[in-house]
Amino acid sequence: MYEIDPSRTDLAYEFRDNPDGPHSPELKLVINRMRMMPMEQRPVLICLERGRRWMLARVPAVRGEPVECFEERVFTDEAAAVWEVFRLRWQALTGQELA
Amino acid sequence: MKKILGYADNWSVTPGERVGFKVSTYGAERYRADLVRVVCGDDHPDHDILRLDPVEAPFAGEYPGRMQPIDAGSCAVVPSADAFDALDDFTLLAWVYPTTPAKGPQVLMAQWRDDPAAGFMLLLDERGALALRLGDGEGGIAEVSTGEALAERRWYLVAGSYDAATKTLSVSQQPLGDSLDPLSDARASAAAGGFAVARTDFCFAALAAAAADGRPVPSCCFNGKIDRPRLVAGVLDDAGIAAVAAAADSRQQPCALVAAWDFARDTGTDVISDIGPNALHGRTLNLPSRGCKGFNWSGTEQSWRHAPDEYGAIHFHDDDLYDAGWDTDFEYHVPADLKSGVYAARLRVDGDESYVTFFVRPPPGKTTAKLAFLASTVTYIAYSNYQWLFHERYAEVTETFWTTLQKSDVFLQEHPEFGLSTYDYHADGSGVRYASRLRPILNMAPTTPCWSFNADTHILGWLEARGIDYDVITDEDLHCEGAGLLERYRAVLTGTHPEYYTTPMMDALRTYLAGAGRLAYLGGNGFIWRCAMSDSFPGAVELRRAEDGIRYRDEEPGEYYLEFTGEYGGLWRRLGLPPQAVVGVGTVAVGFDESGYYRRTADSFDPRAAFIFDGIGKDEIIGDFGYLGDGASGSEIDAVDPLLGTPAHALVVASSEGHSANTLIVPDEIGFHHVAMDGVQSPRVRADMTFFETPGGGAVFSVGSIAWGASLPHNGYDNNVARISSNVIARFLEDEGFEGP
Repeated sequence: MYEIDPSRTDLAYEFRDNPDGPHSPELKLVINRMRMMPMEQRPVLICLERGRRWMLARVPAVRGEPVECFEERVFTDEAAAVWEVFRLRWQALTGQELA
Repeated sequence: MKKILGYADNWSVTPGERVGFKVSTYGAERYRADLVRVVCGDDHPDHDILRLDPVEAPFAGEYPGRMQPIDAGSCAVVPSADAFDALDDFTLLAWVYPTTPAKGPQVLMAQWRDDPAAGFMLLLDERGALALRLGDGEGGIAEVSTGEALAERRWYLVAGSYDAATKTLSVSQQPLGDSLDPLSDARASAAAGGFAVARTDFCFAALAAAAADGRPVPSCCFNGKIDRPRLVAGVLDDAGIAAVAAAADSRQQPCALVAAWDFARDTGTDVISDIGPNALHGRTLNLPSRGCKGFNWSGTEQSWRHAPDEYGAIHFHDDDLYDAGWDTDFEYHVPADLKSGVYAARLRVDGDESYVTFFVRPPPGKTTAKLAFLASTVTYIAYSNYQWLFHERYAEVTETFWTTLQKSDVFLQEHPEFGLSTYDYHADGSGVRYASRLRPILNMAPTTPCWSFNADTHILGWLEARGIDYDVITDEDLHCEGAGLLERYRAVLTGTHPEYYTTPMMDALRTYLAGAGRLAYLGGNGFIWRCAMSDSFPGAVELRRAEDGIRYRDEEPGEYYLEFTGEYGGLWRRLGLPPQAVVGVGTVAVGFDESGYYRRTADSFDPRAAFIFDGIGKDEIIGDFGYLGDGASGSEIDAVDPLLGTPAHALVVASSEGHSANTLIVPDEIGFHHVAMDGVQSPRVRADMTFFETPGGGAVFSVGSIAWGASLPHNGYDNNVARISSNVIARFLEDEGFEGP
């Protein structure tokens, strides 16, 4: 299985600068890897107001448990919100923090 | 995150009928209600097309809030009876197939009451081991356990007995032995203080104590299957247990049989029958799954109808739900002059609002327009409260997105008692087969994401913007009333995704098209899955996802036959009636990132198709815009296939292109997968806009794309997708019939 090379921060910044794509072949592998990470503790967004406000959250492990909401992490720009999800998943999968 | 929710007891009403609204609040002491006509439910601020027209209604006003509970979990209940009360010595036995033995105490069979404890309870205990609990009627409780957990998804013969003479409790669990697992028998005995009958209902798969209003409330629910449960007066030894357990008709066994429930009978209903001497019949609660393989399933037959003795199991789930059973807060008597359409009761509290959607038809037997919009209510039910965003690890790569939850998703995650959709798995990992509208459905409302119901409001918005009169009818009406419902209309218009069809619905549609009917299919991935509805469970849809198809869950082998009807489930294509044979096109690909656009073909210049392209340029690109992937051809798309029944004279008047690498051919199209199955490489990945006349003077127009509807609102509903749609409807509403080539 493909694993993300933490030294390839160029791919991360390619995503940050162009989240909607089109993306390079290797960035597509990174994105797919992130999108297949285990559900438990997966960073996601909650839409608070359609097209206007998003909040960072984490998916719980068990049905019935509350979704972990980060009320101080609310975004008014969707690209910035998605970048935060990308950043957290990069960290979870590589152990490295993106600047 | 949600502070108010509700549901309607009836989705489809005519003037003069009533609809009751059931509401629950979460923290709010009062709420406000009013009525809106749903014209367009897309609330994205950049689209600026949300239109919910206020309508005066007598129920409008303020109401006291209250929290109404939902008691999920299926079980079966046999009313209290003298035969139970006469018990002294007894043996309980059954074949069981636990699917979550480690989840905590789960009741298999019980007649129990607390305060003071009395009765018996055969259960899986904290460790997942078989246990028998006994109450002496004075508060004393004795329990014995084998101490050894049952293995997950393996059949066991379990038995528990009480010997009154020696005051001894005994339990035994014996694996069926049909697997290579090193499973062994386990048994145990212990002394008991005494036994007093509970004089309560006898329950399978849960305790079901009555709430204050008499409603049974399941608790300690069992996940798994139970087959051939028996109750015998007296203590059976191992040989006796084995003999009774093996016999399909335990009445022939030399024992004091009290009850022998035969779950193979009454499949498709909520009845359970006792074939023993006391007629201790009962009913199921919350729609457990029936027509399920029993311990003795041989694989020789695949249908529960063909070998009922081998399909004697009921599969219970702790998250099954049929009817939330809420009390009615207010009613609406539909006035005689209310225009047919989609309506919603708007429920508001400070900081939140919800919509309870319903459909108003014209007066019975009448029409108020030449055109009918056929609301895909069966499909709406199939998708109701889907939760794959939480449960499906590969959903993001499947749909090419980053999970963005709605507040309603968060609420459903935290409230599993609201039930699941036919796309989900139960908590025990088995696929969900039933979905019901008798509960709040959070994703069947305006201002929700534009999929299924709310995507269809793009079509309603276009009809209203163009001043096209229409009546609204629903799938359930079609299922119940048949072709006569459609034949009142010159033309019928579908929604964006009429995916699920019962056999009566399909028969009715085909009958309509065999006559002079005219159908505009403005969607994609339509007429795909056979599903079923039942008079025994009004408002519920059953689906068995047999064989293949795009699906988040597969079906249990040997259980491909629908419980409600006995029919084989799955794709209509696999049943010999592909959608191509009905509407010319059938699903070929799905992709959820970027949509494509259509380009006219040579067929579009055939004089038979001239009306479709009135006002459209010869080389004009069609639908390179829209709110779903920026194009009119996308999400789920259909193409013609003569081998699957596309009429030979059908005109493919436009085909789509510009699809993405993430748009992939569907499994039902694939014999052998390869690396060129995507929208960039495969010529098969396309939507075919198709037109053909029918022998009765009718016609069919299909766009074969879910995204088509989301292009209609572009530029104030003034664009070539809207133009083509309007051209088709205008011609379809004319008196003059169609003549084929």
